[in-house]
Amino acid sequence: MKERDIDQTISVYALRLGDDALILGHRLSEWCSNGPFLEEDIALTNVALDYVGRARNFLNYAAQLRGNGSTEDSLAYQRDCRDFTNFLMHELPRGDFAFTLARQYLLDEYEALFLAELLKSKDSDLAGIAAKSAKETSYHLRRSREWMLRLGGGTDESHRRLQLALDELTGYTTELFEMDDLERDLCEIGVAVDRSALFDRWFSAVSKTFAEANVTLPPASWAVKGGRIGFHTEHLGHLLAELQYVQRAYPGCRW
Amino acid sequence: MIQFDSKELSSSELEGLNAHFQERIDAEEKIEPKDWMPEKYRKNLIRQISQHAHSEVIGMQPEGNWITRAPTLHRKAVLLAKVQDEAGHGLYLYSSAETMGITREELIESLHDGSAKYAQIFNYPTLSWADMGALGWLVDGAAIVNQVSLQRTSYGPYARSMVRICKEESFHQRQGYHILMTLMEGSAEQKAMAQDAVNRFWWPSLMMFGPHDAASAHSAQSMKWKVKRQTNDELRQKFVDQSVEQAKAIGLTLPDPDLVWNEERGHFDFGEIDWAEFDRVVSGSGHCNRERVAHHRRAHDEGSWVRDAICAYEEKKRSREVA
Repeated sequence: MKERDIDQTISVYALRLGDDALILGHRLSEWCSNGPFLEEDIALTNVALDYVGRARNFLNYAAQLRGNGSTEDSLAYQRDCRDFTNFLMHELPRGDFAFTLARQYLLDEYEALFLAELLKSKDSDLAGIAAKSAKETSYHLRRSREWMLRLGGGTDESHRRLQLALDELTGYTTELFEMDDLERDLCEIGVAVDRSALFDRWFSAVSKTFAEANVTLPPASWAVKGGRIGFHTEHLGHLLAELQYVQRAYPGCRW
Repeated sequence: MIQFDSKELSSSELEGLNAHFQERIDAEEKIEPKDWMPEKYRKNLIRQISQHAHSEVIGMQPEGNWITRAPTLHRKAVLLAKVQDEAGHGLYLYSSAETMGITREELIESLHDGSAKYAQIFNYPTLSWADMGALGWLVDGAAIVNQVSLQRTSYGPYARSMVRICKEESFHQRQGYHILMTLMEGSAEQKAMAQDAVNRFWWPSLMMFGPHDAASAHSAQSMKWKVKRQTNDELRQKFVDQSVEQAKAIGLTLPDPDLVWNEERGHFDFGEIDWAEFDRVVSGSGHCNRERVAHHRRAHDEGSWVRDAICAYEEKKRSREVA
């Protein structure tokens, strides 16, 4: 690849990671004033805040490489549904507390492995963002894993809700581990992470926790995919309508 | 905690305790949870601290209303951090109230059944992004004026929680002011949005200090016990004086034709508050009265299975450890 092409490819890659963080951060922020008790309200908004920060780091880098006056905000607020490249799991509505925490746990285990690899990226900007994010994720993981044990081993009701959440989520985990040509090319030059290689370690970690919590991640008899090519669920459009409302209603302003 | 049952004390013993209590207050000593205190002092403080705690928690709703719609990622991050602080303030304050022998569960019940109040200003709706600016600048600004004064309140745990809270609130006020400043440097529509927000929130902010001193039910006793260190009217005046210059600096007009500098008093004179409006909102006719409490109740009820799960899990863990 020519240097300019590499930059543009890395920009797309950073955009994908930024979109993941932005959309999940949005879903988590919806918990503000809706938590089951005040401490948990604070914890959820805290995780949301980490993700918004992470989104800004990745999007800012993507914008810098992209040039043409792009900014973190033009990327977040001025693209439509088909241009967003986050995984589908991130955009699913927040559901109940069990659903939010089950999604978070599945993703925290994934992020912990992913970021540990991204830390080794030959792209020093990506490696730098990974270093900061990895610290946050280790806290998130400790917390979400504990919640899996509490919900799985709590009451019949909490166990039922957790199992239901996992039944609903399982088919969205497949695309976390599927690579396309763009990421394979970047992987070859030591910039991107080979996500397909993370599956075994991820599966073994989540299986161990779920065994302890007395629930199961059902084997994927279905798999919905398409986030990385902008083939989204119907939920994303509504999320963007809310996220982008002010900038869309008053274009060209500073805020 | 040492329990004194006032009913078992003779009237002269009680008089002695009361006199000693007032001497300590007069000598600027802080009252601590284990100290003897008049039952009315305890009740008065629980009322005030719980109202303060509930205000922080209910205040998360009008601001949370804009987190998902904040117009830039920077603004979103700052607003999230701010609302998270408010929740933290709620926690300190619930803890302060708990030192007086009431549980958080009881405090929440009183919020739900309407016997405990929260700041009336949160019964006004937040309709535009500029409202996040007005809320930060005016509502947090008014809260700071009150809370700075409360850092010297006579009850130790309350005073200490105020010291922590004040440090964070000044950042909140600055972020609100900065939102309005940016809008006032923007398009005509943005300027109109900022002015409209200030028009709607100015008078309710003045009402936050409560009734005039002469009409305030709790004021005189609270001043004597040094629960309050400055009167409602003194604090309100301080707020008006500081706000006028700040408004002028960014080109905002405060919606009061009677606002004028009084050389003799060394303060701004301002118009009379519409107390009928205040009473109307207090007695339930604000836009959001029912919604704010219903929202809190719904989140609390929906969370009950989560709280049950934690209790059950901890219980099982304990019994495994014993076995």
